[in-house]
Amino acid sequence: MNTVFEKTPLLTDLPLHYCPGCTHGLIHRLVAEALDELGVGERTVGVAPVGCAVMAYNYFNCDFIQAAHGRAPAVATGVKRAKPGHVVFTYQGDGDLAAIGTAETIHAAARGENITTVFVNNSIYGMTGGQMAPTTMPGQVTQTSPYGRDVKAAGYPIRVCEMLATLDGTVYCERVSVDTVKNVRAAKKAIKKAFEIQLAGRGFTLVEVLSTCPTNWGLNPVASLDWLRANMMPYYPLGVYKDDA
Amino acid sequence: MSEKILIKGNEALAEAAIAAGCRHFFGYPITPQNELAAHMSRRMPQMEGVYLQAESEISAVNMVYGASAAGVRCMTSSSSPGISLKAEGLSYLAGCDLPAVVVNVQRGGPGLGGIQPSQADYFQATKGCGHGDYRMIVLAPNSVQEMYDHTYASFALADKYRMTVMILTDGLLGQMMEPVEVAGGEQTVFDKPWAVAQGKDKQVVNSLFLKPDALEKSNLDRFAKYRRVEDDEQRYEGYQLDDADIVVAAYGASSRIARNAIDEARSRGIKAGLLRPITLWPFPKTAFAKAAERARAFISVEMSMGQMIEDVELAIRCSRPVTLCNRVGGVAPDPKMILDAILEAKEKAI
Repeated sequence: MNTVFEKTPLLTDLPLHYCPGCTHGLIHRLVAEALDELGVGERTVGVAPVGCAVMAYNYFNCDFIQAAHGRAPAVATGVKRAKPGHVVFTYQGDGDLAAIGTAETIHAAARGENITTVFVNNSIYGMTGGQMAPTTMPGQVTQTSPYGRDVKAAGYPIRVCEMLATLDGTVYCERVSVDTVKNVRAAKKAIKKAFEIQLAGRGFTLVEVLSTCPTNWGLNPVASLDWLRANMMPYYPLGVYKDDA
Repeated sequence: MSEKILIKGNEALAEAAIAAGCRHFFGYPITPQNELAAHMSRRMPQMEGVYLQAESEISAVNMVYGASAAGVRCMTSSSSPGISLKAEGLSYLAGCDLPAVVVNVQRGGPGLGGIQPSQADYFQATKGCGHGDYRMIVLAPNSVQEMYDHTYASFALADKYRMTVMILTDGLLGQMMEPVEVAGGEQTVFDKPWAVAQGKDKQVVNSLFLKPDALEKSNLDRFAKYRRVEDDEQRYEGYQLDDADIVVAAYGASSRIARNAIDEARSRGIKAGLLRPITLWPFPKTAFAKAAERARAFISVEMSMGQMIEDVELAIRCSRPVTLCNRVGGVAPDPKMILDAILEAKEKAI
């Protein structure tokens, strides 16, 4: 029998704890495949966030550090400055990266810190049960915006790639999605490119992945993908926002 | 061969760290500790080390968290309000049993307080600082030489116990210049099989335990380690202590002033002595209990509103009266008020 598909070695065999239909598992695989294809798994350190991916260290076959909420880029900075020969990446959600960790994110980028951030944007706090996030859409109903996000009271969603692209230290940032096969392929290409830029020692790279949260959006997985396309993509257009590589 | 240099307290902290093998310093400006970071910013590039000015004290301590997880000796420093911001990181360092050296050059508080010397962060340092059950080893130098020596020793102590060692000092010692004998000798190198980025088997640095029994076990194991520290690392200095009727407890800058008052009391025939904790955690309980066998009264001299006095009372199990002699807000106690406190204690107790 021919093997037509194999799980990439950098992923462990542990069953994922993510909800059915959540795209975290898919994004984990893309990160692991990119690192495996580059042959750098043994010299990679991942930094896990606080949020749904807090236990990412269980799913990757590489060294991992679990960081305090929002602090992953600072922790990754410490690792990279101590071990410049290692590949260092953070894996962060929208609350972690764009609310409590905004300062850490912006300054890691501004320093041109030679790390890669995989930013999973699903427009909601997943692990804590679906609260409004910095990337929650105007009008979106969440546990803490029960009447829909009112931008007059709660402000506007943050476009992370657009913001970071203004910084000289950001070498590469791209927004991708994992809603279709075509987009999944493009997402992997972007993630791999980010790691290649890090390996070349060029500076800060970030890939923002539009993602779904069927559980907290209250939609089934397929409807969630439709909602992402209808609501998130117009506000968060896919594309390369910075490429100085 | 050791050499003597004339140096500021804050700079002595930096030089000692470099001598101890620290090549990664992460800081953020705050008075009165700025000379330390400034010195590091000059010296680290010369040593092919890393000086990084973080965007906040929070980030600085998290950079220490990352660097320590990667197995290198690293340090951050701040002053009181900045240490409050580091509290989160200190809890995570403890939860992951990571070694680190953190300096607090104390200033008056609460809030923004002032920039003059203070000892008002005693509770913060000795009772944990951040959330959860944990301890830090807290060293309290009282001279620029001790700023150097304790910092030099703190890295091995941190590595040995996989704990944060806090150097708790104040603006007075930080700004003071004194001659310092520079350390020589070999630093003990510790194997760090738990560190990431060593090119070995997968390592995870983590403080998350969702199963209550696992979290309980991690706490119990950590506290078994803390008991070893309490048994082996209590440090203090006694001055005129052996025959003392009145024991003055004071650490850091306060202890230097207290010493003058004790000399004056002795010249008047009063048997006063100084018990100076060098480790504030573990508190030198054994030395206090022993002193209480003879002494009639204790005085806690502090630049805080009565913080260390609680540990003195606990250490002697309230077997003798303990009074507070203090100034706060950036004001140091003077020898006269300490002498008056000694005279008053003698009056009441003897």
